[in-house]
Amino acid sequence: MRTRKMSLCVEQIRHVCTLGAFESVLAIKRAVPIVHAGPGCVAKLWTTLGSQNGHQGSGYVGGHAIPCTNASEKEVVFGGTDRLRKVITNTFDVIDGDLFVVLTGCTSDIIGDDVGEITRKFQAQGKPIVYVETGGFKGSNLIGHELVLDAIIDQYLQPQQVEPGLVNIWSSVPYQNTFWSGDIEQLNLLISSLGLKPNVIFGPDSSVDAVNDIPKAQFNLVISPWVGLRTAEHLKDKFGTPFLHYPALPIGPTETSNFLRTVGEFAGIDPSVVENVIRKQEDRYFYYLERAADTLLETRLLPRRFITVADSLYALGIARFLTNDMGLIPEKQFITDDTPTDYQSDVIAEFGKFTNDIAPETVFSNDGGYVEEEIRKLKIRSRPLILGSSWERVVARDLNAYQLSVSAPIGNELVLSKSYVGYNGALQLIEDIYSVVLNDFM
Amino acid sequence: MSINLNLSQVTIREKRLKSIVGYQGTIKDLAEQSQSGCLKNASRGFSQATNCNSGCAQGYLSSITDAAIVNHGPIGCAGDVAGANAGFQWGQRIRDWNQRNVRIINTNMSENAVVFGGDKILKEGILKAYERFNPKAIFVTTSCASGIIGDDIESTIRNVEAEIGIPVVPVFCEGFRSQIWASGFDAAFHAILSRIVKPAEKKRPELVNVINFAGSGRAVITEIFGRLGLVPQFGIPYSNIEEISRWSEAAATISICGTLGSYMGNGLEQNFGVPYVTALQPHGISGFDDWLTKLGETVGKEKEVEEYLAEQKILAAPELEEIKFKLKGKKVVVGMGPSFAHNYIRLLEDLGMEVVWGFSWHYDAKHDHGGCPSCTTELTKKDKDIPVSVSDQQNHEVINVLSKVKPDIFIGRHPGMSVWATKMGIPAIMVSDEYSAFGYQGTIEFGHRIIDALTNNSLAVNLSKRINLPYTEWWLEQDPFEFLKQKNKRKESENKKNVAVR
Repeated sequence: MRTRKMSLCVEQIRHVCTLGAFESVLAIKRAVPIVHAGPGCVAKLWTTLGSQNGHQGSGYVGGHAIPCTNASEKEVVFGGTDRLRKVITNTFDVIDGDLFVVLTGCTSDIIGDDVGEITRKFQAQGKPIVYVETGGFKGSNLIGHELVLDAIIDQYLQPQQVEPGLVNIWSSVPYQNTFWSGDIEQLNLLISSLGLKPNVIFGPDSSVDAVNDIPKAQFNLVISPWVGLRTAEHLKDKFGTPFLHYPALPIGPTETSNFLRTVGEFAGIDPSVVENVIRKQEDRYFYYLERAADTLLETRLLPRRFITVADSLYALGIARFLTNDMGLIPEKQFITDDTPTDYQSDVIAEFGKFTNDIAPETVFSNDGGYVEEEIRKLKIRSRPLILGSSWERVVARDLNAYQLSVSAPIGNELVLSKSYVGYNGALQLIEDIYSVVLNDFM
Repeated sequence: MSINLNLSQVTIREKRLKSIVGYQGTIKDLAEQSQSGCLKNASRGFSQATNCNSGCAQGYLSSITDAAIVNHGPIGCAGDVAGANAGFQWGQRIRDWNQRNVRIINTNMSENAVVFGGDKILKEGILKAYERFNPKAIFVTTSCASGIIGDDIESTIRNVEAEIGIPVVPVFCEGFRSQIWASGFDAAFHAILSRIVKPAEKKRPELVNVINFAGSGRAVITEIFGRLGLVPQFGIPYSNIEEISRWSEAAATISICGTLGSYMGNGLEQNFGVPYVTALQPHGISGFDDWLTKLGETVGKEKEVEEYLAEQKILAAPELEEIKFKLKGKKVVVGMGPSFAHNYIRLLEDLGMEVVWGFSWHYDAKHDHGGCPSCTTELTKKDKDIPVSVSDQQNHEVINVLSKVKPDIFIGRHPGMSVWATKMGIPAIMVSDEYSAFGYQGTIEFGHRIIDALTNNSLAVNLSKRINLPYTEWWLEQDPFEFLKQKNKRKESENKKNVAVR
């Protein structure tokens, strides 16, 4: 079942525009965005993707350190290419980086600055620089994330000898998915546990060397309903790298064990190795779950039904876990990542594959105001659990619901390395959900 | 330049107030140049991400309790709404209100709208905001995209306004129009002055408009004003449209920030006959004394003010002495908006600290009443000249200066700035609350805050040992203003004089 809301206007935004992908560049250690846009773009986009999203700060070269043309009326009227050339030239002197990515905003794209021509001149001098047109009107920053990767693939990567066992993982989108860096660390651990070697492109262990190594991978692994597919397809076209598409974020034993078996089979790993890993991890998970079971069953005011308001990646991952493993019932699932129409039916199909023939209704809308109206219309008998962003704290209070922030923007939590991915992530999610419930007691 | 409410757009600060974002020199030179009218903006060959006026306009208006905002642009232009909402939650919490979210709708401008025009989606957005929020007024904030494609915002607004019967007011704040983000405050106030404030039906001689942000100092001010026989009316945030419409009834307007309040205060004075108090800002003792004294002079409460201040002086003296003793000679760098920066420089010098550099994120050569900002001229009266520069949070200049002057502490006010000093091992304080260092007790509190920051610098020291800055060695060896194209640029030797290396 599905409802699609073709909303034109948007209230309570949960993602930003294409240019927001400069955060993906910042997620690669020592990679430097150069933004050719108006003076407020970086500050605005960073609010939703950083400061109000788990309080992710500027890091190495984010925030006010980002080289930016701050396009003014003069650039809009007379063109901004001279200004951009100057800023790029000086960036190479001032900023210590390994890869530079020029991203454009609305001003540049509408007036038609030839950013490609400028960048190619620097490329011809051997500078590690690419450009990407990310004018905000092109779509969301999730699309922007893929456009940045396209630019790197087309303008920067060189063919490489394949290294068996090396895997590129395309999953949580840096900064958009609040727990992205913890997720990447957990996914790397899972992949490593099978004896494969993750090529770490984003996050604390990332490097531009890993970016260079992208064509070396034995295969690309897309763990996401749709974001990243375009990247994997592009890499297949360009370097012939095969890819595996695993549509759900693996959270909890059911999904994570299935994930490990699927990856193991695709990578040609001995099933006994895989089963051994799964057994150990499940034993650990159930050791803790057994201890929690008393409280999960016997606490006075337990939620029975839950609503998710999140990117398709988190909505699907969390809903599967709470349904398949924890025995909760999914109410409407609101998918807020502006899923392109072409992918919506695939995403819906994944929401049909739950235990006990449970098929939650999915609603596609990036308009939080509409989502809030729909949530208020739901009739739920027990106190519901709302897993959304900090926007949902108001409606949760009004409906006497439990609320946990799991998707952007998250202003009410400080997020560092936390992740809900895998076996351990599921334990973390149980801790967080039931701590909300228990905190409500005392 | 007088404030003309018949225009649909505010005149940007660069033109109205001769405001700049590029300068390096000293406070006395800055004041002298702005008074003689020869202060010129200097451009830069390298620049880093700043802010735009839309953020100030939209953020400020979003906390009016019964208004809605339609932001006409691509979805990223509403990227700061999460921040506006966080601020709004805090403001509601300190008032013990039931918390709700800000009411801002973005028109989600797509490629299609950019090519074929966005008037239709703007109309839909306004109607949606009307239907969802039942507001008393709708403010329409513009974007770079809507500005460049030339949507006829005013005619769309006129049509919808006739349909729904509430004020629908344009707020022109395209990011590229002004390099000075505070122009966004003016755009917000222009909308309020031109369409919301009504001529006074009756005057209320006890009422004083207080222009501020979140307004954490309400209780203190209410108490002080009560002693003087005055009643404060705080705003514009957390006011409703009806209350704002009657701001013309007040006996005077005063502001917590000269950058913020200049347009609204002078607009009320010039167009509605409400005098605007152009005093120093009330941070630190001399600032507070001036602020309250000038207010007293404006509303005829000189005697009451004098009595109150004399009493406070005696009460606060012992603690202030103790603070001055502990802070004496400590080196500090300040980085804030112009009004706060120049007020805090005075406050910190009054506390016995040595301000070794003052950054202001822009500088208004004059305010709307016509004169050079009083917080700047006040600093020129001191014997000592203070090295200052003007930049729109240009991080490379800040880091370079900090690495050379090596202060004991950095005091800033804008998000994403104090953290850089900390990364260099310099403890930092962010003054996010506009009432920090307000009056006698606030100044004492703030003094202790600085002492605490100096007492344990372990976070800064530990971070600095393990964190690499993104700047090349080459850059850190350059003159901090290498990229600033200033005509009368100070010579390297003069720079060295100002940059007091310890």
